[in-house]
Amino acid sequence: MSAIIHGAGAATALTTFNSKKLVAPCRTNLPARSKRCIVVAGSDDASKSFGSSSVLSVRRPQKLIANAVATKTDTSATTGHELLLFEALQEGLEEEMDRDPHVCVMGEDVGHYGGSYKVTKGLADKFGDLRVLDTPICENAFTGMGIGAAMTGLRPVIEGMNMGFLLLAFNQISNNCGMLHYTSGGQFTIPVVIRGPGGVGRQLGAEHSQRLESYFQSIPGIQMVACSTPYNAKGLMKAAIRSENPVILFEHVLLYNLKEKIPDDDYICNLEEAEMVRPGEHITILTYSRMRYHVMQAAKTLVNKGYDPEVIDIRSLKPFDLYTIGNSVKKTHRVLIVEECMRTGGIGASLTAAINENFHDYLDAPVMCLSSQDVPTPYAGTLEEWTVVQPAQIVTAVEQLCQ
Amino acid sequence: MALSRLSLRSNNPFLKPTATSLPPSTRRHVSTDTTPITIETAAPFTSHQCDAPSRSVSTSSAEILSFFRDMARMRRMEIAADSLYKAKMIRGFCHLYDGQEALAVGMEAAITRRDAIITSYRDHCTFLGRGGELVDAFSELMGRKRGCSDGKGGSMHFYKKDASFYGGHGIVGAQIPLGCGLAFAQKYSKEENVTFVLYGDGAANQGQLFEALNIAALWDLPAILVCENNHYGMGTATWRSAKSPAYFKRGDYVPGLKVDGMDVLAVKQACKFAKEHALKNGPIILEMDTYRYHGHSMSDPGSTYRTRDEVSGVRQVRDPIERVRKLLLSHDIATEKELKDMEKEVRKEVDDAVAQAKECPTPEASELFTNMYVKDCGVESFGADRKELKVTLP
Repeated sequence: MSAIIHGAGAATALTTFNSKKLVAPCRTNLPARSKRCIVVAGSDDASKSFGSSSVLSVRRPQKLIANAVATKTDTSATTGHELLLFEALQEGLEEEMDRDPHVCVMGEDVGHYGGSYKVTKGLADKFGDLRVLDTPICENAFTGMGIGAAMTGLRPVIEGMNMGFLLLAFNQISNNCGMLHYTSGGQFTIPVVIRGPGGVGRQLGAEHSQRLESYFQSIPGIQMVACSTPYNAKGLMKAAIRSENPVILFEHVLLYNLKEKIPDDDYICNLEEAEMVRPGEHITILTYSRMRYHVMQAAKTLVNKGYDPEVIDIRSLKPFDLYTIGNSVKKTHRVLIVEECMRTGGIGASLTAAINENFHDYLDAPVMCLSSQDVPTPYAGTLEEWTVVQPAQIVTAVEQLCQ
Repeated sequence: MALSRLSLRSNNPFLKPTATSLPPSTRRHVSTDTTPITIETAAPFTSHQCDAPSRSVSTSSAEILSFFRDMARMRRMEIAADSLYKAKMIRGFCHLYDGQEALAVGMEAAITRRDAIITSYRDHCTFLGRGGELVDAFSELMGRKRGCSDGKGGSMHFYKKDASFYGGHGIVGAQIPLGCGLAFAQKYSKEENVTFVLYGDGAANQGQLFEALNIAALWDLPAILVCENNHYGMGTATWRSAKSPAYFKRGDYVPGLKVDGMDVLAVKQACKFAKEHALKNGPIILEMDTYRYHGHSMSDPGSTYRTRDEVSGVRQVRDPIERVRKLLLSHDIATEKELKDMEKEVRKEVDDAVAQAKECPTPEASELFTNMYVKDCGVESFGADRKELKVTLP
């Protein structure tokens, strides 16, 4: 079965950014370029899109938007079908399960219930109980089971109902999942995918609003990716399943209902690659997962004010795509990182260190990192809003950096 | 398995001189006699929620001799490892299995190489039982490239994929869910194989054991959980760590069997029984009553929490190798001298392996980064300035 790889713009980053030529089949840039002119002119038509997806809120730009709401996408030139993000994940999962009988799913309520976020809906009826396993509530045990099964050649997709619950399986993920390939001298590969929703939702409380990417990022041997649009959700899910390495796929509770048109053909996204959401010249904004939408919202305001931010969705949290990021830094010389992770020891902290180490000479200003506050997420709605980074803060930070 | 190995060995030059030096009046072609004989186990089995297997074990002279040889080799290997550790050629942790050899050997006699075994950090002898080479074991212990895990694992991380030996795990109890995963994969692929998940009396108090038991029983996984009860969880005796030291009963709804782990024939019988049971009815717990002569690891003298009299008492009364020796002598399968010669050969074998391993080189510096990730889909992307964007799907 042939498939197309959609590079996420790295090839274009090499060429001058005025070029309309495409070096590789690259889906993301061309529509953005043609629309960029319209945006600069100040239109705040909510249905126009930046880059490959459009998930702008329909509300007024000035109001504090605490959550991203799906809107209809515009019709782009490519043929495809429209679906929501959780459906994209399901489609990716189903296609991989059809393709390879070794792929199986295990998690709490993934089978008959259809998954707590409907990502595995219908799969149990289609593939049976052994391939879509409803486990009892024992994260440590079923994560370990998935890893043990992977040692023999199965490709389990382990779902944590909420990423926070995977803390109970941390030993299995860190010691067995990450290390077995190395300590066995390459005898065993662990092709698992560990996925689940995380992030700050709508007043879910502290324990259900955790960002585990910071805890997992130091584990040697695993790969981490974060999806943010239906397009990259399906692509990353498929790539993660096909990968021989253990991959942790971070989804976000609030992004499951995003709608987008995705191609009909079989595609995967490169696991180690960042996505160029909006090319620009003045400043590089690095983000991932839900903060992408806050950044894009802030970008609208910034563009109105005359700034030209380059927005990159880093997607790959481990390893970082320093190539794309580096090319961007060399172009803009200013970096702002916007993330939902905790300030202390988060992804932003590591990324700041990596950028400073590698691209120090290219920076005109210190790398600025906007992260969530180092507090357990409070229940009260207003407090919760202030825990995460808001578009207004992003605008202020950019203005500060670009002085 | 043991029988075929022995017939191979009967051709090996080491045994030939022994056989020919015997006066013709005494019996046999001891090494090739495979006629079945039946021997009773010394102690009965105690069962929980199932019928105990019979005490009569069917075996053969060849097999018992192979038991002796294998156990002697394991014992020698552990003692050699002890000296190497004291000579600082082995560093870090070194958990020795001497005293418990009957378990590794008896289990192998009952199963095939397609059945999986997964164990904890006390894995040297299990590795050997699965067909691992002495040189590979010593190289790994000394951190050489020739080692079974390329020198990157160490004492606690021996693996042998082609023999379905899944290691070798340092965190107490973490191998139990892994083992249930192996059993799940066997059920998924519809193979008629089982998984033996070994853990100790210390790990028997881990929550993940009960989580895994629940899952295994719920889905009828062909998992056999073997509790190697050597009565001490590092420095803590079982009566101080477990409210209910009847580990075979702790499965509650899962049947259990208590076995004298120092009697290799009893172990063989129990494992055979367990394999048949697991393929039909799902998980079963085997509690092997065994004993380790060394301390928990080489840094533990092993005498602060138990008396030397206790250790020597067990060595006199229950030592697995002595038991088999008595069996061989009483059944007239071998003479005292033959067995001593066999032990000498084994000792030489081990010494040669140690010498060979000492000559092996350590891993190169570049090996630090190999086997971190598997190169995948043809994609190579890493670092700030090295990236190829060529991706080819499988």
